[in-house]
Amino acid sequence: MSTETDPGPGITGGTARDDIESNRRARRILFGCASITVLTTLAIFFVLFDNAASYFFGARFTEMLMGASVEQTVTFTEFFTGTRWAPSHATPSHGALPIIFGTLAITVGAAFVSIPIGTATAIYLSEYASPAVRSKLKPTLEILAGIPTIVYGYFAIAFINPVILGPIAGALFGINLGRYSLLSGMLVVGIMTIPMVSSISEDAMSAVPDDLRNGAYALGATKYNVSTRIVLPASISGVFASYILAVSRAIGETMAVTLAAGFNANITANPFDEVMTMTAYMVSRARGTSAVGTVDYQSLFAVGLLLFLMTLAMNLLNDWFKRRFQEEYR
Amino acid sequence: MSTDTDDAPFAESEETPFTDIDLGWEHRKNRIFLGIIFAASMFGVVMLALLLLDVVTDFYRGQTEFGISLIDFFTRDGSRRQELAGFRGAIVASVMLMIFTAILAFFVGVGSAIYLEEYAPDNRVTRLIEANLANLAGVPSIVYGLLALAAFVNGIGLGPILLAGAIALALLVMPIIIVSTQEALRAVPDSMRNGSYATGATKWQTIRGVVLPAAMPGIMTGTILALARAIGETAPLIMVGALFTNRIAWGPFDRFSAMPTQIYNWAAEPEPHFIHLAATGIAVLLAFLFAMNGIAIYLRNKYERDL
Repeated sequence: MSTETDPGPGITGGTARDDIESNRRARRILFGCASITVLTTLAIFFVLFDNAASYFFGARFTEMLMGASVEQTVTFTEFFTGTRWAPSHATPSHGALPIIFGTLAITVGAAFVSIPIGTATAIYLSEYASPAVRSKLKPTLEILAGIPTIVYGYFAIAFINPVILGPIAGALFGINLGRYSLLSGMLVVGIMTIPMVSSISEDAMSAVPDDLRNGAYALGATKYNVSTRIVLPASISGVFASYILAVSRAIGETMAVTLAAGFNANITANPFDEVMTMTAYMVSRARGTSAVGTVDYQSLFAVGLLLFLMTLAMNLLNDWFKRRFQEEYR
Repeated sequence: MSTDTDDAPFAESEETPFTDIDLGWEHRKNRIFLGIIFAASMFGVVMLALLLLDVVTDFYRGQTEFGISLIDFFTRDGSRRQELAGFRGAIVASVMLMIFTAILAFFVGVGSAIYLEEYAPDNRVTRLIEANLANLAGVPSIVYGLLALAAFVNGIGLGPILLAGAIALALLVMPIIIVSTQEALRAVPDSMRNGSYATGATKWQTIRGVVLPAAMPGIMTGTILALARAIGETAPLIMVGALFTNRIAWGPFDRFSAMPTQIYNWAAEPEPHFIHLAATGIAVLLAFLFAMNGIAIYLRNKYERDL
């Protein structure tokens, strides 16, 4: 910047006292900005607990303070162990297990895709790839990470399910595959979390100092030995962090699983069945303003709270893991 | 590949007396391992290629087999009738969403980053804000939609309007803008700050006159990338209630349906005509995304220099 010649926008004709005062004022305003992020978190907690309370107890916390009567309409036992999820059905049933199963099944299935492939990609990028290959492969994976989840959902419903899985299910198992399937949800969420695992793991592997590698080579180790027995263990905290982040992302993933796995809440071991995740349920019941006060509306927040707590647990686990196992190399 | 150099010493040592180590097997094991991880690396690339190919094919078939005319597509709004459905309302809504999201998130985000990088003392409050920021980045986007639904749509009674969607998106991308701004500020060397202090400038004058101008290209790049993330976000908008209108939104207080929610509406329909409308919409959305990323990369390359 050519600040030597022009006085710059911050320089005024006022006294030094004015300048110091404006500095103080700027500091206070900027602190206000930073505290908005904390307020956001508090607001998320408050909104989710407040509205979820009306699902379980028939009144929001704010209404309880005003003296609304409290009677538990949905017990936690029913919510966490019941196997039929139909909160707004004529004969309502509040067992969230089927949608929790849907979310966990897709998360685990996606992890089986993204963790091995992402780790292998990271090893290749960090240990084997020539600079020319690296400079092309990394941006390509970044594009994969930047594609909106709705496009992945489209990819699942228009390609993976009918073109790839449909013929396999028909030819090998004699199953007539519907529009949605659990397996297609696992695959598409796995694919979209590969770049997450690979880029964070690769950063961790690249941070391992060459001294460690050279020490192993000097003992006669092969490149395979060095990659799997030196680099991978030395970077394990970062690699694990990438796994936790990918799992956390898979739990909260919405549009891809909604279009891939469908809306039928059931517990099944058949990967070609339609299942419903917690997020897909929320999408299916979103009605904006019209539904306020209904069980549908309240259940959105009960499910949303559970989802938020699950991802929060993952994030806290990640923090703890980083603090506990991070190795500092100089 | 750079493997040949490392394998060379072992190739010569076939006749070593250490017969318990099968060097041929070690060599093959290396080859197999490299083959596996190379194939795994290509998996992501192949999937990206398939995804783009699928969108392009469906886009093309929409034009040829289903008679989706691009002119109609860009001049009509959403419709329940497949032959009348277009994307104009969705594009207008998405552009407006981006503008309001940028206004809401940019100043607060950059302000937070300046506080954290330049002013914040190293105490518990600061560490709390930083830790909270990392956590916010991990909150699922649908939860931001719930927050906007309860607090703004129904709480203060805005209704399912475009501004409520923009608030949800702004809160969602705020952590991204803050983190990228922090990186841009960190890249400004202390010598520039000290030079400014030496002329008698206060901290705020230094930030306004020296630090911010130097960091601005980095901040703009980060903001555009954050908006590129926001333009494809679907779940928060659905939670706010963006699925249920086909009319065009002319202002921030109108009901709206943006590009991704319109695509979801079409993709969830069973008729093939709607699927191909969705593919056409995705082609437009991806064009927007690539353009925004292109601008960000251009800015980064144009202004990238050693400070």
